[in-house]
Amino acid sequence: MAYDKFTILKSSAVPMPIENVDTDQIIPARFLKATERKGFGDNLFRDWRFNGDDTPKQDFVLNNAIYSGKILVGGRNFGSGSSREHAAWAIYDYGFRCVVSSFFADIFKNNSLNIGILPVQVSPEFLDKIFKAIEADPKAELEVSLPAQTITILATGEKESFDINGYKKHNMQNGFDDIDYLQSLKTEIQAFAANSPY
Amino acid sequence: MSKTPATLFDKVWDSHVVKKIEDGPDVFFIDRHFIHEVTSPVAFLGLESRGLKVIFPEKTFATADHNTPTINQHLPVQDPLSANQLKALESNSAKYGISHWGLGNPKNGIVHVVGPENGITLPGMTIVCGDSHTSTHGAFGAIAFGIGTSEVEMVLSSQCIMQPKPKKMRINVHGQLGKGITPKDVVLYIISKLTAAGATGYFVEFAGQVFEQMSMEGRMTVCNMSIEMGARGGMIAPDETTFAYIKGREKAPQGAAWDKALAYWKTLKTDAGATFDVEHNYDAADIEPMITYGTNPGMGMGITKHIPTAKEVGGSKASYDKSLDYMGFHEDDVMIGKKVDYVFIGSCTNGRIEDFRAFASIIKGRKKAEHVTAWIVPGSHIVEQQIKDEGILDILTAAGFQLRQPGCSACLAMNDDKIPAGKYAVSTSNRNFEGRQGPGARTMLASPLVAAAAAVTGVVTDPRELI
Ligand code: SF4
Repeated sequence: MAYDKFTILKSSAVPMPIENVDTDQIIPARFLKATERKGFGDNLFRDWRFNGDDTPKQDFVLNNAIYSGKILVGGRNFGSGSSREHAAWAIYDYGFRCVVSSFFADIFKNNSLNIGILPVQVSPEFLDKIFKAIEADPKAELEVSLPAQTITILATGEKESFDINGYKKHNMQNGFDDIDYLQSLKTEIQAFAANSPY
Repeated sequence: MSKTPATLFDKVWDSHVVKKIEDGPDVFFIDRHFIHEVTSPVAFLGLESRGLKVIFPEKTFATADHNTPTINQHLPVQDPLSANQLKALESNSAKYGISHWGLGNPKNGIVHVVGPENGITLPGMTIVCGDSHTSTHGAFGAIAFGIGTSEVEMVLSSQCIMQPKPKKMRINVHGQLGKGITPKDVVLYIISKLTAAGATGYFVEFAGQVFEQMSMEGRMTVCNMSIEMGARGGMIAPDETTFAYIKGREKAPQGAAWDKALAYWKTLKTDAGATFDVEHNYDAADIEPMITYGTNPGMGMGITKHIPTAKEVGGSKASYDKSLDYMGFHEDDVMIGKKVDYVFIGSCTNGRIEDFRAFASIIKGRKKAEHVTAWIVPGSHIVEQQIKDEGILDILTAAGFQLRQPGCSACLAMNDDKIPAGKYAVSTSNRNFEGRQGPGARTMLASPLVAAAAAVTGVVTDPRELI
C-alpha cells in the first residue's frame, strides 16, 4: 500500500503520557472485522475515547480541542501486545504521521515503518521535556527531520537524534515499500527455496 | 578445526537469510506461513491490486479461528462482518490454492494449536503468522513470530520478509517445580520478573532442567507467552520429547525423510561456549501458582501474596494506579478470596489436551460454583475429540460444566464470548489488557489449575488446596 513520503514534519503534538499503551487500546479487537483497509481512524482508542453510548469521554486527550497535530507522543513501551497492523492503520488514518516514545514494542515499530508512520524513539529525559513543552503550550511545535534523524522542540531549540536503519530511511523518504523490493529478488528467492529442506 | 560455537537461534536464523542488506534488515526466508480470517483479507487485496500471485501456496495454511462462534458452528455465522471475513478467507484460499481448514472442518482450530497438532510445525523452521502468539511454535526449536498485514502480503508474494536480526537472550530455570506448579506459572513468573517490556528487541531461548522435563504442550504454553515479555519470540531446543511428539503426525516427514530430518534436528541446539547478549537465571523452587492483578501480563504475583505496591513495581505511578483502578483492586490487597464471575479455559496458551486434563483433575467429584459462568473452549476439533475420548467431558458434565466448540473465543472476544463490563474473569489466555475480553472486562490470567479452583469455589483459590 502506497503511503506519503516522509521528510520533514513540523507540527504540534498530542500528548499521551501513559505507559504500556497496547494495541488492544489503540484499536479494540471488535473493530478488526473489516476486509478492507479503511475507516480505522474512527475507532482509534475507541474505549478510551468514547463512553459505552458512543458519547465522547471529555477527559480523553483526543477529545480535547486544545491538542492537535500530526505527532502522537506516548509513554514508555508504546504499542505492546497484538501484532494487528490495524493499530498502525488507525493511527495513520486518524492523521498522525509520527509517534514519539521512549520505547516501542517491536512489532508495532515494524508495522509503523511498513505503512509510513515514523516511530521516533527518544531518551526518557527528552520525552519528559516534550511533555513539559506541550504542558506549557499545547500548540508547541516539534520538528521531526528524517534526513537529519533529529527531533527538535522548536520553542526551546532542544534537539535529540534518533535511530533508523538506512534501508528503512530510504524507503520512507521515497514512499517505497518492501513488497516492490522483494519482487526484484524473485530469482534469488526461488533459488533459495529450491535448496530448502522444507 | 572447530567451528565458532553458535546458539540454536543463530543456526536457524542464519540458514534462512537470502540476502543481507547493508545498514538494513535481512531478507528472511519463511518456511511456513499460517493465515486466519482477521489479518489476511487486506493482504490479499494488496496482492490483487498489484497483480501479484502467491509464490509458494503449499507453504501457507489457512484456518478460521479468531471470529468464529463457539456454539452451533453448523449454523450460518450470525454476525455479518465475521461471516464476511470467513468467506474472504475461504475464497482467497481457493483462488490462490492454499489449503484451508474452515469452520466445521475436522482439522479446524486455533492456528497455533492446529499447526503443531498436524505436524506442520517442525524443528529448524521459520514460521510466521499475522498473530503475535505465533511464538508458540518456538517450542519445537523453530523461529516463529507474529507479523503485520503488510508482511503477510510480503510472505504471500515472495515467501520472505525484511527483518533485522534480534539480539539473543537465554532464560534458564533450574531445579524442580513443586506440586501444582504448571508451565503457565513458570512463564507468568518470568514475565513478572522481567516486566512486559523486559525482553523487547530479543529472541529468547528457554533452557534448563524445568524446560527439559516439560511436555510439548507445556513448552508451547511458555513460548506462546514469550511475546508478553516483549520478546520477538521464544524457542526451546528440540529433544526426544519433541521428536516423539512429531512422529507419525499427518504432515510430519516419514520413512527415509524422517531419518534425514531427525539427523538434522539433532544438531539444533546451542553449542557449549556460545554466547547470549543477556542471560537470566531463575530457581524453580521460587515459583508458586501465579495470578495477574493488573492490566498487563507483567503484573503477575504468587497467588498467596499481596498485590505489590506501586513502589515495589516501579515505573510510572499513574500507570499503576490506572491499572488497579480498572481492576477495582488496591495496593497490598490479598488476591485469595476475591470473587470470580467468569472462568475461561482455552486459547492458544492453554487450550490443549493437557490443559483440560489438568482442569478436570480439580473439577472431578466437585461442582461448579453457582454464580460462576464457565467457558470451556478446546483449541481444536482434535482436542475436542480427545476430551470426549478420555472421559473428561463426563467429568465436566457431572460437575455442571458445558463444553463449547473450538476457536479463540474469549481470548480476544471478537465473537460473542465477551466478559461483561466490570465482571471478574480468571482466564487461561495470555492478555489481561483493558477490554481484551470485552469492554470493561476484568481479567486475571492464571493456569488451568487456578482456573479450575476458581470455577468450583467461585473465588480466587490456591489450587494446591484442592489437589
Ligand atoms: S487464542 Fe488468542 S492469542 Fe491465540 S491466536 Fe487466538 S486470539 Fe490470538
